Amino acid sequence: MKEIIKAVINVFIEMPRGMLVTLKHLFKKPVTLDYPKKKKPMAPRYRGRHYLERYDDGTERCVCCGLCAAACPADAIYMEPEESDNGERKAKIYEINLLRCIFCGFCEEACPEEAVFLGQEYEFSSSTRDSFIWKKDDMLVPHPRKDNPFKKIIRRVRKVYGVME
Amino acid sequence: MLEVIIISSIKVIVVVIAVLTACAYATLLERKVLGHMQNRLGPTYAGPYALLQPIADGLKLIFKEDLVLNNIEKTTFTLAPIIAFVPALLSFAVVPFAADFEMFGYPVTGVISDLNIGILWVFAVTSLGIYGIVLAGWSSSSKYSLFGGLRSAAQMVSYEVAYGLSIIGVILIANTLSMRELVDQQANIWDWYIFKQPFGFLLFITCAVAETNRAPFDLPEAESELVAGYHTDYSSMKFSTFFIAEYANMLTVAAVATTIFFGGWQGPILPPIIWFCIKVFIFMFCYIWLRATFPRFRYDQLMNFGWKVLFPLALLNTMITAAFVMLKG
Repeated sequence: MKEIIKAVINVFIEMPRGMLVTLKHLFKKPVTLDYPKKKKPMAPRYRGRHYLERYDDGTERCVCCGLCAAACPADAIYMEPEESDNGERKAKIYEINLLRCIFCGFCEEACPEEAVFLGQEYEFSSSTRDSFIWKKDDMLVPHPRKDNPFKKIIRRVRKVYGVME
Repeated sequence: MLEVIIISSIKVIVVVIAVLTACAYATLLERKVLGHMQNRLGPTYAGPYALLQPIADGLKLIFKEDLVLNNIEKTTFTLAPIIAFVPALLSFAVVPFAADFEMFGYPVTGVISDLNIGILWVFAVTSLGIYGIVLAGWSSSSKYSLFGGLRSAAQMVSYEVAYGLSIIGVILIANTLSMRELVDQQANIWDWYIFKQPFGFLLFITCAVAETNRAPFDLPEAESELVAGYHTDYSSMKFSTFFIAEYANMLTVAAVATTIFFGGWQGPILPPIIWFCIKVFIFMFCYIWLRATFPRFRYDQLMNFGWKVLFPLALLNTMITAAFVMLKG
């Protein structure tokens, strides 16, 4: 008898309750993001692709000191120095192998010139291996900037790592 | 004579096309509704509201390679999808989808063939579909397929009994086996057999879900244990034939349930065919709703449920209804 009562309760109360739950979810807003069309705003401290920063007059900040390469735990950075026209030291080759890079952010932490830092972009997919080795030109910030989207990130870097102004 | 043949052929063609289209869009409905019930979006890309998705899927399946494996029984392997598919369409022959109307001056009945044993025909023909599934499982020479086919056979044979018994109550009250007469009797909403036989309806719908191998009774194709059950080794159009067969079976059950319990095409204001479609749609929605809600039965639970619960309850329902009908005279 007890079992029969239990079964009746299951069929006429518990099962409709379960059905109600799914029905409620039918009218909820889906959590899916329509990804390639819409993108999620990244977290402010997200570490994505690398950028090489410039001074306001357009000269490169990077002096090719090699500290980032030394700090890199994945050994992803390769660089060769050269002398620029006004006799200052700058990078002739600055390459980051994105297949090796683990996006730890140690390079931006190590950089004394605040030249390299990690941005918010995360879409690197490509069909050739060579395209994953990023050259200096791929990473350099364009010189006459229309807006300055990188200032915010620089400020973030300074705040996080306590770099002096 | 000639016009009878022509009108019948037109009706057959229209119904077949309508059923196949409905099957295709039932897949879309299922993916969309299931998606939203799980807080997902479902398909979004092909056309507005993904309305072209069934066409895209169909095209894709046609161009897939038709795999023919080494150890299969070729004849039965090829025949099985067709055997599974045809009975589902056959049962639509007796489903009344509209009131009688006139076409080009000729009177047309709203049913392809008004058999006086319509319900019996539906039950006889839909049971044949199981041969397709068993043969598919057997001829694939794969363990998973075989298990799927065997389970399906056991399940369908078990639930067939309660399935048949569950509508005997209605037949006793209605005193007819003709689908058309059943609909005629339910002109008033309070005459719908769901109000006279609510218990019979519950039994019917439970067995119907089991009969069509749908969740939570979808043991023959239990993905988590049997890969895909009886159609594991099928590909291309053979697979899609099984797929269409499943949805055609669902549509059949929805149409039959509408006719028997919900007054078929009867309804105010809107034309009969629209009412019929609305009711069938609600049934299809309930199928998907059930799938989204309940987990799959275990095999022994399924058999216990079929023989020890549904079968006695269906018998009880039949006996009580028979007693009432006799007392009333």
